[in-house]
Amino acid sequence: MSAAQHDSSANEPVDVTDGKLSRFEIVKEGLRRDGIEILHYEPAFPVPGTKVEKRIERFIAFCFVVAGLGALGFVAVFAFWPWEYEYAEFGGAGSMSKWYTPMLGLTLALGLGGLGIGILTWAKKLLPVEELVQERHDGGSNEEDRVITGAVVGNMVEETGIKRRPMLKRALLFGAAPLGLAAIAPLGTLIVPPGDDLVTTGFNPRNNDGQPVGLMLKDGTRVRPDMISVGGQITAFPAIPDGSTNKHADSPVLLIHLRDEDAKKARENAYEMYEGAQWNNYIAYSKICTHVGCPASLYEQQTNRLLCPCHQSQFLITDNAKPVFGPATRHLPQLPIDVDEDGFFYAVSDFLVPIGPAFWERG
Amino acid sequence: MKRRKFDAAALPGKVGGALDDRFKLASPARKLMTKVFPDHWSFLLGEIALFSFIVLLLTGTFLALFFEPSMVEVHYEGSYLPLRGIEMSKAYESTLNISFDIRGGLVIRQMHHWGALLFVAAILVHMGRTFFSGAFRKPRETNWVIGAILFILAFFEGLLGYSIPDDGLSGTGLRIIHGITESIPLIGSWAAHALFGGEFPGEVIITRFYILHVLLVPGIMLALIAVHVGLVFAQKHSQWPGPGRTENNVVGYRMFPNYAAKQGGFFMLVFAVIAFMGGLFQINPLWLFGPYEASVVSSGSQPDFYVMFLDGLVRLFPNWELSGFGFILPAVFWPAVIGMGVAFTVPLLYPFIERRFTKDRAHHNLLERPRDNPTRTAVGAMFASIWLITTVTGANDIIADKFNISLNAMTWGGRIGIVVIPVLTFYITKRICLGLQQHDREVLAHGIETGIMRRDPDGRFYEIHQPLTDEVDEHGHPKVLEYNGWTVPKKMNRVGALKPGLRGFFKPIEIPGDSTDQSSLDSKDTREEIEAGKK
Repeated sequence: MSAAQHDSSANEPVDVTDGKLSRFEIVKEGLRRDGIEILHYEPAFPVPGTKVEKRIERFIAFCFVVAGLGALGFVAVFAFWPWEYEYAEFGGAGSMSKWYTPMLGLTLALGLGGLGIGILTWAKKLLPVEELVQERHDGGSNEEDRVITGAVVGNMVEETGIKRRPMLKRALLFGAAPLGLAAIAPLGTLIVPPGDDLVTTGFNPRNNDGQPVGLMLKDGTRVRPDMISVGGQITAFPAIPDGSTNKHADSPVLLIHLRDEDAKKARENAYEMYEGAQWNNYIAYSKICTHVGCPASLYEQQTNRLLCPCHQSQFLITDNAKPVFGPATRHLPQLPIDVDEDGFFYAVSDFLVPIGPAFWERG
Repeated sequence: MKRRKFDAAALPGKVGGALDDRFKLASPARKLMTKVFPDHWSFLLGEIALFSFIVLLLTGTFLALFFEPSMVEVHYEGSYLPLRGIEMSKAYESTLNISFDIRGGLVIRQMHHWGALLFVAAILVHMGRTFFSGAFRKPRETNWVIGAILFILAFFEGLLGYSIPDDGLSGTGLRIIHGITESIPLIGSWAAHALFGGEFPGEVIITRFYILHVLLVPGIMLALIAVHVGLVFAQKHSQWPGPGRTENNVVGYRMFPNYAAKQGGFFMLVFAVIAFMGGLFQINPLWLFGPYEASVVSSGSQPDFYVMFLDGLVRLFPNWELSGFGFILPAVFWPAVIGMGVAFTVPLLYPFIERRFTKDRAHHNLLERPRDNPTRTAVGAMFASIWLITTVTGANDIIADKFNISLNAMTWGGRIGIVVIPVLTFYITKRICLGLQQHDREVLAHGIETGIMRRDPDGRFYEIHQPLTDEVDEHGHPKVLEYNGWTVPKKMNRVGALKPGLRGFFKPIEIPGDSTDQSSLDSKDTREEIEAGKK
């Protein structure tokens, strides 16, 4: 095969302008000039007009018609199908509009798919079956070209004289390097010093004119002990403006009403810094997981475990919410709580340790 | 003045001439149109990625016309009743509006999401094909590196995309991104503050992620995709070995009309599949999740599938926190930052790592079958097994729930699995490759197993083999054929001795061979008994 190829490429180029060649002969000559040889070439249907060919033609035409209908259908659905969303408790029974999106998808898929399958069938079944072989010319340029380009580059460097003029070299470096710095300097605008953001929360008294911060529900209601049944839990927020919004994303606590024996256990186990942090059978833990910060809020009443649904860290609430399983290393910080004379919970102080995931300077 | 007659037939020639006068196109256009491309189904995988990217650009542009990347608090008053009157960010509100109050918005949004999943999936499978066939070897290392960078960009592009609607799920994702950023030694808290513009979640993160998602990252990707595809053209596509195929040629069909038609049709098909899924399969129903609130999370909070390996890695890593001198190195730094870094850089550098060991500096235009490079295949399978374990672990709470398995057992299973299974995978894959190689060579030497058993007069049983060649060596044994890197026929119907087996899904589209019709089995006038291979 390769011998034949060499023979043909050794031939003189055929004159393609003399008008004697057929069109396909000119194509072949073009291929030959581009280093391509036809190994195999035959029409898909040597005898035109056979039954099989006709069937394939009909199939392709059918695909294109389906495509056209699908596209028209898409436009029609888009324009005329009732599309306004109607909410209904059980899936909007009886409403046409709930079929709007599926109908759009279906008609568009028909339009595109019909066209795609039609074109593919055309290419696979009707185009001539061909196999060609083309030479590759990789592996770099020839030695001469390399020498010439090398000389051009070397000469160019020589012409600038950068090697002979060290003073200019240094001056250029001095001139250009600061420009690089200048280019990245605006990014410095992004830097915001963390300050004490990571070690304070909404429960810090400074958010409440120095007075201890109360606990409230999402809707702003202050929390009283009788709002939580035994074994129950609620999410509480600092009772300050925007206390329950994402402006104080670090603040949410889980306030749990422990059963008597659990409360006793929790009190016995309490770390020294948390002595007295519990109020009777009530205990408040930061909701922000110490792993990477998801709200660790799945409370398993039977085992007294808190589970973080993101990475399955588990914390034992009768023992300082220390991690007992999963990737978290640190206990959930406890919020020291008390009840004021009006019967509302308040935070005696801010959290005693930084809440949430660990960071370098947390120490 | 008399109007000149318009000659439609001469128009293409005239236009062509006019273009050539100006741009000298005749030769380059011809070379492009007659460029020969090798054909194999596995070469189509990259195209799926390319086509989904185009669909993503189209649908993304539509979404950008209606999405408002703002964290300003608004009252929702749209048509989705359960959320009416609820405070939420403008970003979430406008996403709800795209889903409910903008004609055709939901189908485009879902097509965008499905397109993104298909895009990353296609990239992964395409990378696998390139890896296991050795297509990344010299001279194509540059294109492998560009492809690996494109994967990394696609990963982050997807992450940015599903973070910006500001629903309950995406906010949880942002919180995790924040926690992971905080874990970086020395600069963690400063980096997190720089990223979020202050304390989490702040008021700028959606706006920042949005501009990265719609301008910066896709812009870089578009440029890299152009180079990626351009290099395939310039370097010519690699090809599988086979008859007549050498390192110095390309065997296939021409760019036009065959290849272009197939590509065009395939693009329509990929687009159609995305449209179908976007219309009929619900994805990310974020109206069910509600706006992001720092205190709310639901069980079953999973990222998109391509991020799940990272989530799984984070779930499996033990709580090994290092501390001392008043500083902390959080445990999550290892799986999330180092793990992600390794997952991205090792594949990126793989061509150079492999070359260090093989010292192979030759040009390779012929691909290798995975079995022919057992070590590489085993390494690839090992990485795939790690990816699979971590990805499954990313959903271990769902699996635990659906199959009633203890969640802690799932975690421990993953922890043990990630140590044991990759080693086993490496060993088993390598043995399978070697076994397949050996069998190929056996068939080349002794022929195809015919399934015909013979008994010698002395009582021994043996199976008759059909040699693949008529040539014999000086002892009269069939000549041992040389392995050329391509499929060896292993069934008699592959060499035309029997009719092909049944094909077709609902009904056979080939008629089964009739065992009584001997004439169909052999073109020769008389069939000879198979004798060869007999000892």
